Amino acid sequence: MNVITSRRDFLKGSGALFIAIPLSSAAFAQTAAGAKTVDAAQVDAYLALHADGTATIYSGKVDLGTGLRAAFPQIAAEELGLPINRIHLIEGDTALTPDQGPTSGSNGIPKGGMQLRQAAATARQALIRMGAEKLGKPAAELDAIDGEIRPKAGGAGVSFASLIGEKGFELKLDGKAPVRDPKTFKYVGKHVPRPDVPAKVMGRHAFMHDLDVPGMVHGRVVRPAKINASLVSVDESSIAGIPGAQVVRIKNFLGVVAPDEWDAIRAARLLKATWSGGGLPVNHEGLAEHVRKGSKVSGTEMLDEKGDFTATFASGAKKFSAEFYWPVQSHASLGPSCAIADVKNGEATIWCSSQGTHRYRKHFADMLAIPSSKTRVYYVDGAGCYGMNGHEDAAADAAFLSQAIGKPVRVQWTREDEHGLDPKGPAQVITQDAALSDDGKILAWRTQMWCPKPTANLPTIPLLAPVEAGAKQTPGIATGSLSSGGKPPYDVPNLQVQVHWLEETPLRASHLRAPGKIGNCLAVETFMDELALAAGRDPIDFRLAYMSDPRGRESIERVAKLFNWDTRVAPRRDGKGRGIGYTQYKGDETYVAIAMEVEVDAGSGRIKVTRVAATHDCGQIISPDGVRSQVEGCILQTIGRTLFEEVKFDTNHVTSRDWASYPILTFPDVPEMKIELIDRPDQPPRGAGEAATAPVAAALANAVFDATGIRLRRVPFIAQRVKAAQAEMTTKNG
Amino acid sequence: MAAINFTLNGSAKTLDVRDPEKPLLYALRNELGLKGAKYGCGLGQCGACTVLVDGEPTRACVVPIASLAGRKITTIEGLGTPEKPHKVQTAFIAEQAAQCGYCTNGMVMTSAALLERTPKPSVTQVKDALAQNLCRCGTHDRIISAVVRASEGTRG
Repeated sequence: MNVITSRRDFLKGSGALFIAIPLSSAAFAQTAAGAKTVDAAQVDAYLALHADGTATIYSGKVDLGTGLRAAFPQIAAEELGLPINRIHLIEGDTALTPDQGPTSGSNGIPKGGMQLRQAAATARQALIRMGAEKLGKPAAELDAIDGEIRPKAGGAGVSFASLIGEKGFELKLDGKAPVRDPKTFKYVGKHVPRPDVPAKVMGRHAFMHDLDVPGMVHGRVVRPAKINASLVSVDESSIAGIPGAQVVRIKNFLGVVAPDEWDAIRAARLLKATWSGGGLPVNHEGLAEHVRKGSKVSGTEMLDEKGDFTATFASGAKKFSAEFYWPVQSHASLGPSCAIADVKNGEATIWCSSQGTHRYRKHFADMLAIPSSKTRVYYVDGAGCYGMNGHEDAAADAAFLSQAIGKPVRVQWTREDEHGLDPKGPAQVITQDAALSDDGKILAWRTQMWCPKPTANLPTIPLLAPVEAGAKQTPGIATGSLSSGGKPPYDVPNLQVQVHWLEETPLRASHLRAPGKIGNCLAVETFMDELALAAGRDPIDFRLAYMSDPRGRESIERVAKLFNWDTRVAPRRDGKGRGIGYTQYKGDETYVAIAMEVEVDAGSGRIKVTRVAATHDCGQIISPDGVRSQVEGCILQTIGRTLFEEVKFDTNHVTSRDWASYPILTFPDVPEMKIELIDRPDQPPRGAGEAATAPVAAALANAVFDATGIRLRRVPFIAQRVKAAQAEMTTKNG
Repeated sequence: MAAINFTLNGSAKTLDVRDPEKPLLYALRNELGLKGAKYGCGLGQCGACTVLVDGEPTRACVVPIASLAGRKITTIEGLGTPEKPHKVQTAFIAEQAAQCGYCTNGMVMTSAALLERTPKPSVTQVKDALAQNLCRCGTHDRIISAVVRASEGTRG
């Protein structure tokens, strides 16, 4: 593999723990008239060339540990024709970067990266035009190479700096500007080490949690034991003995601040407050039933329909039905959310790890009753989030506390806060019905899904503090696209895919990595295995018989080879098994096939994943190691989500508020992994941050069936459920 | 106010302590300027705050400062420097064994302690040594490879 070392002083520079933080007056001066544009339609929003031959690129999308910090410079270096070690990247700062939407839905590269590519391609064309004039040669004979416009045939060139200096392009981004031919790529598709890894490994990377702002105090928010309870009274004397501790109360929002962090923690623990009301309509054990039958359905939507499902299902020779449940899960970020806010003199400066700093700038401004133009949000790396976790809540907490006391406030959520209060991936129920003809062909298939309906045009996910403080905020439910992936990726003649939209969901929802799609794929792909068995076919052969998309076929065929698939119809039922899961993410994006081997301990019911093989086709690959790293993370995290994870709650609040009650995958659970990336340089790049999660639960469940004859349809697949299913099967088989 | 004496990254330190129950992590991060150890749970469950006390991986978020009198504390800043990284750190960089990187401190410190005890660990020994260190991004496989690389072994 061709290794390109990124800028040396990037590595060294990121070793500094303290990063320069502009104070708010300076910050706003920078945004004054004549300053850098952030208009996403302008080339200058994305990049600036400098007189010293370097360039700065500006991204509204941020690196959440996913490798975009390597990938964006690769894309820009390639298109501009500039050595990668001359490129700096600024991410997420609302005053300097264009609003490219939040970093979510695996769109960092497909959307953010491609906007950057077009901006750089537009810039290159402009530089070539300028170079043509200066060199007195036709533009067609010139190219941008190593920071110069040079004749393609060779000969002297002129530097970008001498052509444009610092003055900017003042050009509209041209979506049709020609981009480089993949055959000529120097950076894209090659290995570029991530610039942030050395400092992370040396303990010198400045995370959000590590920032200090001059004059900052520490804040903690005190929340009731029952969700949504109202604050009746506060006994401020309960923390009188703590030096400098101060109570902040705004309606139902209650917090403490203190100069010393440990004192703030003690104050939050000791503060006596009385609350009333609050609670939840259902506990986690009753939620599956509640989703399926107890929740109010606001409407049913037919997402896909082909042929005549009802008639063909009725006429089928063999009929199958199954119901699946995916539980509420938490982002369970390793570091509880943290933020700093400095709100005074009608200005707000907020440092946080939000995936959507631009979006939340307005949200923060509105809730604080400060104009957006006086609000600046900086992105600073946090602990990984996989959708929106508590980052923005911590920022809102800090902002209200800061506004109340007139000093910068740092809020560090606790582990209990993060597990208890982060917005959750909501529960789903999925049912499947299908019929086979008497010669074992799929006649009819119906998927039905029950999940909360996202509020139309909701600008941002509602935060806790504005509700408590009675401040301005648009209410609603955000979930990500939970109903995607319910359509089987196979050529089925008679099909219905419908979703029953629920009006509510008991805990605050947000998009959690691959929203809905892991559960939907579990339902579709384990059902496909049931049909294969009934049709007397091997699960892979059966899938290929219904698969016309050549890229899908290749993914499945290559994973079979990579895994050394054992072609067979009947399950082994000897405690060891293999399963397959396949998806084309969101129906038209990345292709993933995963084969998995499990061992199921008959005594304990414990499932161990021993071996995984995956093929992953996300079109053109920008950063191969970045993609591989994401695929590994998708697989491992989702094995944990499938085997162990369920948010537990009673009718007061979330009860799984630590790592003992909300276990995730640990090192002894890590299987042997083989991953094959299928690179298609001529295809558009698709996302890699989520796709490989989708088939994991399905492959795992199918492997458990092969090992035991048990169909697991309720996540998580904890040992007790396996034991219960084994007992039920023994009773049934007499 | 009590004065606690200990050795920190090879140098003698004295810390005036108002609350002897205050966990070491807060003294390191807020008073001693060492922010490599991270707050992850405050419960000793996740390992993000791991430091070495007399060479043993220790959860700084739960160990009271008062219990550390006379002990030798090593934090990740004392394990290696950008100019002279520890072999575990070199291997983590080579394997690109971090995503968000929040757990990395604990992974590096626990792995360094493992290699002191067991210079050539098997993959199973690596997994067992890191069993109480949580990673949410799913970087485990690379971390295992990094520890094996640091031990100059092969994954087999």
